[in-house]
Amino acid sequence: MLKIVDLHVRVAGKEILKGVDLAVKAGEVHAIMGPNGAGKSTLGNVLAGREGYEVVRGSVEYRGRDLLALPPEERAALGVFLAFQYPVEIPGVNNTYFLKAALNAQRKFRGEPELDSMQFLKLVREKLRILHVSDELLHRAVNEGFSGGEKKRNEIFQMAVLEPSLAILDETDSGLDIDALRLVADGVNQLRSPERGFLVITHYQRLLDYIVPDRVHVLVDGRIVQSGDKDLALALEEKGYAWARERRLEAPAP
Amino acid sequence: MSSPFLDSQLAAFDAQAPRLPGARLGWLAESRRANRDALAAGGLPGPRVEGWKYSPLRALERRAFVASDAAAMAPALPPGAWTLAGVEGSRLVFVDGLLDRAQSRFVAEEGVSLLGLAEAMDSGSDGLCHALGERYAAADDGFARLGAALAADGAVLRIAPGVQVRQMVQCVFVSRAGPADLAWHARLVVALGVGARARVIEHHLDAGTHANFGNLLTRVTLEAGAELDWLRISGEPEAATAIARTEVELGAGARYSATAIEAGAALSRHELRIRLAGAGARCESRGVFALRGRRHADIALTIEHAARDTTSLVHWRGVADDRARGAFGGTIHVAVGADGADAALTNKNLLLSPHAEIATRPVLEIDADEVKASHGATVGRLEEGALFYLRSRGIPEVEARALLTFAFCREMLDGIAEPALREAVAERLRQLLPQRESLPLDGAEPAPDLIRGAGVGEPGTRQGDLSPAFRARHDDDGDDR
Repeated sequence: MLKIVDLHVRVAGKEILKGVDLAVKAGEVHAIMGPNGAGKSTLGNVLAGREGYEVVRGSVEYRGRDLLALPPEERAALGVFLAFQYPVEIPGVNNTYFLKAALNAQRKFRGEPELDSMQFLKLVREKLRILHVSDELLHRAVNEGFSGGEKKRNEIFQMAVLEPSLAILDETDSGLDIDALRLVADGVNQLRSPERGFLVITHYQRLLDYIVPDRVHVLVDGRIVQSGDKDLALALEEKGYAWARERRLEAPAP
Repeated sequence: MSSPFLDSQLAAFDAQAPRLPGARLGWLAESRRANRDALAAGGLPGPRVEGWKYSPLRALERRAFVASDAAAMAPALPPGAWTLAGVEGSRLVFVDGLLDRAQSRFVAEEGVSLLGLAEAMDSGSDGLCHALGERYAAADDGFARLGAALAADGAVLRIAPGVQVRQMVQCVFVSRAGPADLAWHARLVVALGVGARARVIEHHLDAGTHANFGNLLTRVTLEAGAELDWLRISGEPEAATAIARTEVELGAGARYSATAIEAGAALSRHELRIRLAGAGARCESRGVFALRGRRHADIALTIEHAARDTTSLVHWRGVADDRARGAFGGTIHVAVGADGADAALTNKNLLLSPHAEIATRPVLEIDADEVKASHGATVGRLEEGALFYLRSRGIPEVEARALLTFAFCREMLDGIAEPALREAVAERLRQLLPQRESLPLDGAEPAPDLIRGAGVGEPGTRQGDLSPAFRARHDDDGDDR
């Protein structure tokens, strides 16, 4: 589904990703762990198509296409979803209106019929029920005045409605208390399916207690220095990123 | 002082004065003559008059205009041209500044007197002297003098004390292209008695493709406890010149609440001068100017807190696209002794094109001791983060920009109490806003100096967000920098 090869990315003239290789198959959950400044969020942003991220070298293939050649809205329509680390507040734009516009724009792009208001509301109600989210969320402006937890839940709710093929969760656990974390993780687990791939970017191992990954990758200083199964996350929790960093130094330079 | 513009207007006065409505009223003839002479002596505000810096008049001064002519009244407009959802009641239609009775509708209501101005002048109606007899004395009163000297029509609305007018009163202004560009001058007089309540709509239609000059002078007087809601929709054709001054005087405990959307014109100036003369008076002004093409709009707001415990609330947003030029000037003066005054003014603006310009000048002058006052003004671009957020959900860039721009402006309509009317005005606003890609397709980046003093954002991103900024434009009326 997703194949990243030797990805080098510069931000503001500084190389942040220094050769990332990663392959995610449909149905898999991959976790990217790493210390602050390792390039985790850069990876999420560059996959979603944010401006200001300059790809110097390498390629990203998504469902047979050159992902990096597409504008963000086309990536979304083709099933790429980024749950933001810091969801943006958009005063004056109603959450429901926004989500309907987004879903219909995606459907239109894919040549599918757009949903009318009734069909859309039905879909939204169903998702709210599954995710145990209050419909009060619908009547507010996008993320405006939302608590940290509400913002993250709104991201998961959007993901549920948009039903992406590849979901990238950028530190969705940051700033959440344990109850909110559990709710968010439950939401993600509901959406796990054989057709859907996940890239879960996180700083802490804690989230992975709830979203159990198939693969864990450790990103240090712009490179994946180690990959393994879920036990790698536990080892990291115990030994710290310094341990992984040292292992990177031992590894031969590419 | 001499210019083709002035000469044409003074000639119009000399030809028309004996035939203007109410010409037999001595005080009116004298006031017209005095204003005409003051105009002849003082001319129009020059480029060095601070308040007119962003409305250069050089191009206008070079043009001559003929007077509007009742005999050449335009044919009826298609029905619905002025229909606003949920608006019934009286509707006065002015074609080239002259009341067109055939298209107008007078709905009688107890305690409400609504007359065409020409009719009111001819009948020598009481109380007009106070509203119409002013001799404009300030150096920058050129257009007010012109209107006072030459206005041939308009409306007089008087509400008796304690009367709550049910229906809105709508004044529609439309002009049309003719063999020569014409100039019209009209006056609105609105007076609410103690405790009276009314709603007025001033609607300038964008119909046809004329390059006429329109000049509207409005005088509003609110006695103690009176309340007036005012909605102004201004959308002139792109080549037109539109000048409007609204003067409002509020008595104790009176309230004036105005909402405006301004589409601009070749030259468009809206002056709102509010005097909070009675204790506890309150005024609100919310508005949006949304400019495209080479349109221009200059909003000049002056609020005088002249009594204790008065409140003013001013919230304006501006959007300029293409090569449009917008200016907002908001001056709040709290006079000596006006303690307990509460003044808040904000003006936020969006530049949607590297060639658009917006200047904002909030000014607070405080001569009283106990005052609460705040002001803030910004000029910026659409926030890159919000734009990316929408796009990352699948909303194409063009739509995402339109959505954010509309959301930015729409809040300003919250002062319109009737949902259907608010929705109709929102729809009008939506039509004014750009629906397409705003930045040039060749990928040209905005010049870094375009937003002076703005936060440039993180290196590597090209958008500064809504940081405090100030953009001055050339004091010439040339199009290019």
